[in-house]
Amino acid sequence: MSSITGRIHSVETFGALDGPGIRYVLFLQGCPLQCLYCHNPDSWSVRDGQVRTVDEVFADILRYRSFLSGGVTLSGGEPLLQADFCAALLSLCRKEGIHTALDTAASIPLAACQEAVDLADLVLLDLKAMDPGDCRRLTGRDNRSAIALLDYREAASAPVWVRHVLVPGITLKEEKLRAMAAFLKDYTCIERVELLPFHKMGEYKWEQLHRPYTLTDTPEPTADEVAKARSIFRDAGLPVPS
Amino acid sequence: MSFKTGTWTNTIDVRNFINKNYTPYDGDDSFLTPPTERTRKLWDEVASLMKKETAAGGVLDIDASTISDIDAYQPGYIDKDLETIVGLQTDAPLKRAIMPFGGIRMVRTSLKNYDREMDPEVERVFKYRKTHNDGVFDVYTDEMKRARHTGIITGLPDAYGRGRIIGDYRRVALYGVDALIEQKKKALQDYSYEIMDEASIRHREEISDQIKALHALKAMAQSYGFDISAPARDTKEAIQWLYFGYLAAVKEQNGAAMSLGRVSTFLDIYAQKDLQEGRYTEEEIQEFVDHFIMKLRMVRFLRTPSYDELFSGDPTWVTESIGGMSTDGRHMVTKMSYRFLHTLVNLGPAPEPNMTVLWSRRLPQNFKNFCARLSIETSSIQYESDSLMRRKFGDDYAIACCVSAMRVGKQMQFFGARANLAKALLYAINGGRDEKAGDQVGPELLAVRGKYLDYDDVMKKFSAILDWLSKLYMNTLNVIHYMHDKYCYERIQMALHDEEIVRTEACGIAGLSVVADSLSAIKYAKVRPIRDDRDLVVDFEIEGDYPKFGNNDPRVDDIAVDVVKTFMQKLRKQRTYRGAIATQSVLTITSNVVYGKKTGSTPDGRKLGEPFAPGANPMHGRDENGCVASMMSVAKLPYDYSEDGISYTFSIVPGALGREEEDKVKNLASLLDGYFAEGGHHINVNVLNRDVLLDAMDHPEKYPQLTIRVSGYAVNFIKLTREQQMDVINRTFHTRF
Repeated sequence: MSSITGRIHSVETFGALDGPGIRYVLFLQGCPLQCLYCHNPDSWSVRDGQVRTVDEVFADILRYRSFLSGGVTLSGGEPLLQADFCAALLSLCRKEGIHTALDTAASIPLAACQEAVDLADLVLLDLKAMDPGDCRRLTGRDNRSAIALLDYREAASAPVWVRHVLVPGITLKEEKLRAMAAFLKDYTCIERVELLPFHKMGEYKWEQLHRPYTLTDTPEPTADEVAKARSIFRDAGLPVPS
Repeated sequence: MSFKTGTWTNTIDVRNFINKNYTPYDGDDSFLTPPTERTRKLWDEVASLMKKETAAGGVLDIDASTISDIDAYQPGYIDKDLETIVGLQTDAPLKRAIMPFGGIRMVRTSLKNYDREMDPEVERVFKYRKTHNDGVFDVYTDEMKRARHTGIITGLPDAYGRGRIIGDYRRVALYGVDALIEQKKKALQDYSYEIMDEASIRHREEISDQIKALHALKAMAQSYGFDISAPARDTKEAIQWLYFGYLAAVKEQNGAAMSLGRVSTFLDIYAQKDLQEGRYTEEEIQEFVDHFIMKLRMVRFLRTPSYDELFSGDPTWVTESIGGMSTDGRHMVTKMSYRFLHTLVNLGPAPEPNMTVLWSRRLPQNFKNFCARLSIETSSIQYESDSLMRRKFGDDYAIACCVSAMRVGKQMQFFGARANLAKALLYAINGGRDEKAGDQVGPELLAVRGKYLDYDDVMKKFSAILDWLSKLYMNTLNVIHYMHDKYCYERIQMALHDEEIVRTEACGIAGLSVVADSLSAIKYAKVRPIRDDRDLVVDFEIEGDYPKFGNNDPRVDDIAVDVVKTFMQKLRKQRTYRGAIATQSVLTITSNVVYGKKTGSTPDGRKLGEPFAPGANPMHGRDENGCVASMMSVAKLPYDYSEDGISYTFSIVPGALGREEEDKVKNLASLLDGYFAEGGHHINVNVLNRDVLLDAMDHPEKYPQLTIRVSGYAVNFIKLTREQQMDVINRTFHTRF
């Protein structure tokens, strides 16, 4: 029983892109980052969203069990901003034998969310950039806590999928990709590296929120560019799906 | 050929033959073969004819002077030297026949529309010969005509063939026509009654007509050089014999849906023997199948533009049911199941035949993945719950049209199109007056009063309107089917049935999600009716939010379930023609657009003229929790109260199914497992990018074979009207990025 409440942005009952299999994806409200390419800027504010208890959310998840060939993914926003809520929900899922994934950019200190990180079967770690300066320009913060989380999962031998968004002109640069691949290659906890091509399908949300969108003129990467980026990581010995 | 014997040996029992002799196949698709050189050439010729047909405005040619019949035409060929399976509806490919017994008026209108003259000789015949359509209008009451005119009951088969009857075409191959004639003759002898009342007279006349039709079938086959009086001896003959049976049906009837049945596993028994005994190779067998399917893709009927507006894309619903489980626990997937579906690769995607997979969790995983992959590549397959239907219909049922299950050769239905329940709700609000015309169409009830709609008050009035509607609707259908039996009887299709059969009177409802959302709005938000100067409620203002169908929210889903149950219970109270069992479907085909056009603004916020959602779908854009939640809502609709089928159309962009190809296949198969485990009955699967559809609207020439699935059937996208194309594009595409 848990009456801890969380702020929920929305629910996707057919999540096929955030972890293995079909997953119930819970998008939590609130994010400390302000990524230039964010496609859900409506999930930033910590004041919006629907307030619901862990028990309510868990009961809702259970209604979809016959579909969940994968499990549950907590996403956002930044789910770890509501770490206690996440921990309570992950713990209920674990008891019920439901596989869980935590989709995070790890933008808050590990100490504040350690329990949730421990309880997640899989962490989908969104690594924004290697260079702290790039990271700050892109998101407003550096990547120190993200690296700390990766090290922590490595020490615990707990699986991580690293995800990285390919933005032409910003992250989609050969030397930057090589540097990231070189940094990641020795982590044995990394089960998969997903390189996600930047897209502008969230641009309209920026307009609705009256926020200036700076990437209007940035093109989406071509199939060739994506393939090339993938081969950089694959060549470094990292598991990149074809 | 020697088969395992059984009851089928001495009596007509195709199911028993299949059960004794079929070989379930658990392997994968690696045995399949590509099209032969001959198939490629032949398909090129057909494709080029089809291109010409599209360029000519949809109709290539019409034989306006021959009244179509089983043996009315000289044999016709596409390219005689290349065809391994022969037979065309008329004497030339894609040339349409006139079939006036359903209604001479429809023939006149169609010919006029395609700038063709009515043959004076044909006109003269129908000066003396009454048609189904004439008969119906002789009997229709003013009330029926009004309900038909305002569109509270629509799509009625009162001017054309009713269809939705499946002849057991397999009988032609298994027994040969002579044995079938003998059986009917014997039945005629047995049916001599103490009292010659209307029913027994009709029964005897029908059997006599059936015997004549079987003779005509033999003669037609003979004209192509085949003697089909004896059973087929190998795969090629089995396909040819069976096809002649089907061909006779589509020469005789321009039925709304002319479905094929469940033939693939039956045919596999012959193919297995031929492979074992070295008679044919896999390539040859696939070639026969490819050529057969090509023929089914070429079935054409002459129809009017207004008919096409309702059911567009020139549909024929040559539905073939594939897979499912046997009642003895074995699955019924055979190599032939694969071969049939493989024509979507060998010949490219196409709406016809309407490939329908009878899904069960227990089907082999290889087959599930094969289907899922093909769905992703072609969007040409629909899926229906074998577990729901097997319970009611055994393991030798097939789907007629889109979602109507029936035991093959043992059951038929009286097709009843549908009642517009959204309009019925508006009648309840307006005291039986039509919300557009203002006329008193329904019973004169007290219209709603007060500033806001009151849920209990509206429900009471709605129930009274549904009482009136269910009675009027069933009575109207009774008139139609009496006349259809009398003037446009399906001789050959019924010859391929048992003599004692089960009949259903298949009603239907349109606008379910509009009604559910409207009632939910009235219950959970505040809905203010807006009246015009005729004191007619013509619009609504909603204050506050309300739960919407498609989000797995019991508050509104229960309302939808209740509407389905209520209307079915009212239908069950009505007297039906020929003692038929009343059933209903939640299915609109593409007519959700036309029904919407005829219906005023509704309390859910839908505006005058806007389309309904197709079939049992939630309204566009109102399902906010992803497609699983949407499926869960639909899966709650009770099949026991909607035994004629519950149609759900699901469209998803390929990227949302998963990142890798293998993930997509696995996820789609799991999604189908989940949906059917929850009690879903039917699902159309479209895996498409919206951009492709938009491009196809502007450049149809680039997409001659682009197929999409709409509420129970597949259509060629470029053949839809622009309005329907927009409806498809505006419909919810499940995306998540």
